[in-house]
Amino acid sequence: MVKEIEGGPSVLYIDRHLIHEVTSPQAFAGLDKRGLKVFRPKQTFATPDHNVPTKDQHLTIRDELSRTQVEKLTENCNRHGISIYGLNHPWQGIVHVVGPELGITQPGMTMVCGDSHTSTHGAFGTVAFGIGTSEVEMVLATQCIMQPKPQKMLIEINGKLGKGITSKDIVLYIISKITASGGTGYFIEYTGSAIRNLSMEARMTICNMSIESGARGGLIAPDEITFEYLKGREFAPKVNDWDKAVAYWKTLKTDDGAEFDKVISYNAEDIEPMITYGTNPGMGMKINDTIPTGNEFSDNNKNTFLKSLKYMDIEPGSKMLGHKVDYVFLGSCTNGRIEDIRAFANFVKGKKKADNIIAWIVPGSKQVEKQAQKEGLVQILEASGFEFRQPGCSACLAMNDDKVPEGKYAVATSNRNFEGRQGPGARTFLASPLTAAAAAITGRVTDPREFL
Amino acid sequence: MSIEANIPTNDKRGNAFVMNRYRFKTIVSSIIPIPIENVDTDQIIPARFLKATTREGFGENLFRDWRYNQSGNKNADFVLNKTEFKGNILVGGENFGSGSSREHAAWAIFDYGFRVVVSSFFADIFKNNALNNKLLPVQVSEKFLAKIFATVEKDPKSELKVDLENQTITILATGESENFDINPYKKTCLLKGYDDIDYLMSLKNEIEAFEKARI
Repeated sequence: MVKEIEGGPSVLYIDRHLIHEVTSPQAFAGLDKRGLKVFRPKQTFATPDHNVPTKDQHLTIRDELSRTQVEKLTENCNRHGISIYGLNHPWQGIVHVVGPELGITQPGMTMVCGDSHTSTHGAFGTVAFGIGTSEVEMVLATQCIMQPKPQKMLIEINGKLGKGITSKDIVLYIISKITASGGTGYFIEYTGSAIRNLSMEARMTICNMSIESGARGGLIAPDEITFEYLKGREFAPKVNDWDKAVAYWKTLKTDDGAEFDKVISYNAEDIEPMITYGTNPGMGMKINDTIPTGNEFSDNNKNTFLKSLKYMDIEPGSKMLGHKVDYVFLGSCTNGRIEDIRAFANFVKGKKKADNIIAWIVPGSKQVEKQAQKEGLVQILEASGFEFRQPGCSACLAMNDDKVPEGKYAVATSNRNFEGRQGPGARTFLASPLTAAAAAITGRVTDPREFL
Repeated sequence: MSIEANIPTNDKRGNAFVMNRYRFKTIVSSIIPIPIENVDTDQIIPARFLKATTREGFGENLFRDWRYNQSGNKNADFVLNKTEFKGNILVGGENFGSGSSREHAAWAIFDYGFRVVVSSFFADIFKNNALNNKLLPVQVSEKFLAKIFATVEKDPKSELKVDLENQTITILATGESENFDINPYKKTCLLKGYDDIDYLMSLKNEIEAFEKARI
């Protein structure tokens, strides 16, 4: 914190800044207009992800507007001395996959990016959140932004997760309970034995979707699992500095008896495979449950609920289990890491993709792609009839060619089921990589535990 | 306010940029009602229209998939296509602006011609983005929001008055009024036409001192 303004937002210093091609060009243009240079170019890292094709990345991008944005990013970074991992660089990928895997993300840092899923990095005990383009410009110009103090929420999940239950199910469960706006104004700390036992990748999935409850960010206190993950990564502290860094990181935990504005506890045993049926991530339920009829809500909420189900062409009060599926998407900053590819590949191993399903398996980064090849996961996927693509945001927001057609249903491991999110008129069911794999094999919404 | 003393009035080239900027004034206008909850940023401006490298022109695709059907024809039921609704105040249901951090959502609303968005609850990032783009988010009580919707349902021409100086919003037809909150710093910025970069640039020495102290 550089400065606190009386009755105003605080001036917050930013340690690490990630940028991509979609939300940065106007910020660079703003700098030019004011005749400013990037203040601390070494603290900003860039990679194109939102717009990029997931096929033939070695060729020129066909879509002219996408190509211009990607070229503009390279040009702006080169001009200002910012590190950029472009399309053919071995470190390219989705910003929120790349940051952690390169060790750019570290405990105790402040980190921002012009993308709401910056909350992902909170899994390392990093204060990380999404910002708008004006704020990107502020960080480029001054390495600071102006932020009001958030309120603090603690979500505690104790107990043991059942078989076939993933961290994606945990976070969809949380959002289904607190709603898509229940976290607004808060920073959420996740804790409890069920969280502590998760891998870093699984923790990232939870923090990633904090924004889907409206929260600015989510945090998990760093521990041995965090340190083990970071050790030896490209930008992690090196030999001499490592012990000192870990000693500092160990101090980064919430004091016993610290006060929160809101505390919520859940029992891990109550969590089952989750799936969404509506058009915001709060409209989710256990995969075996029945969709509400609408009569449970007040008039206003009922209208919104019915409008949403009309868009989805889903009957209120019906079941999701057995519902038809046309597309399956594995990928995104939520579930595009190596563990997700592993879980999906192991599930479909020795089985065949259903004929009615078009599936996109999209790694989160070049490093994930390479690792999947090394582990033989790509072979498994291909033997089961799946196409393994190249890294990018892909069908999560359908800025590239990976669009779900109008009226079609997709089971997606991404983070948003908004109207048209995966393409105009597309209908999205959010779920875990296992539930996506089960749908890909049966061609319908299926409880993955049937196969475990 | 002390902040004002900090704001430079000239840029490095000596242009008096602050003087020429848009300043927020009291607005009296009829409204465009969208009585739907959770209007997310993918509805405000779908991702496929985020490919521009400038800030201008996004208004053309504001609420694109609600305004037009798949074949590109206007959807007559949507409020922006109804001739009886006009004005530069947009009124939406609870949790307006949820979802992505895309500032393009605020740009699109401003570019279309809106200067105020009213709701009973705004998503955080959207609210920040709006304030950074001279678009005033006015948060009212659920009750007051329902009154606005009811009034405009009776008469599409009914007007609202939004007075930032006094932080009040009034339904002119009934005279009912409510106060709204705004951060005093942001209020000054809007009224005077300053922005955060002006302010942060004026703190450069303090920022450098902060960096040194941490090493």
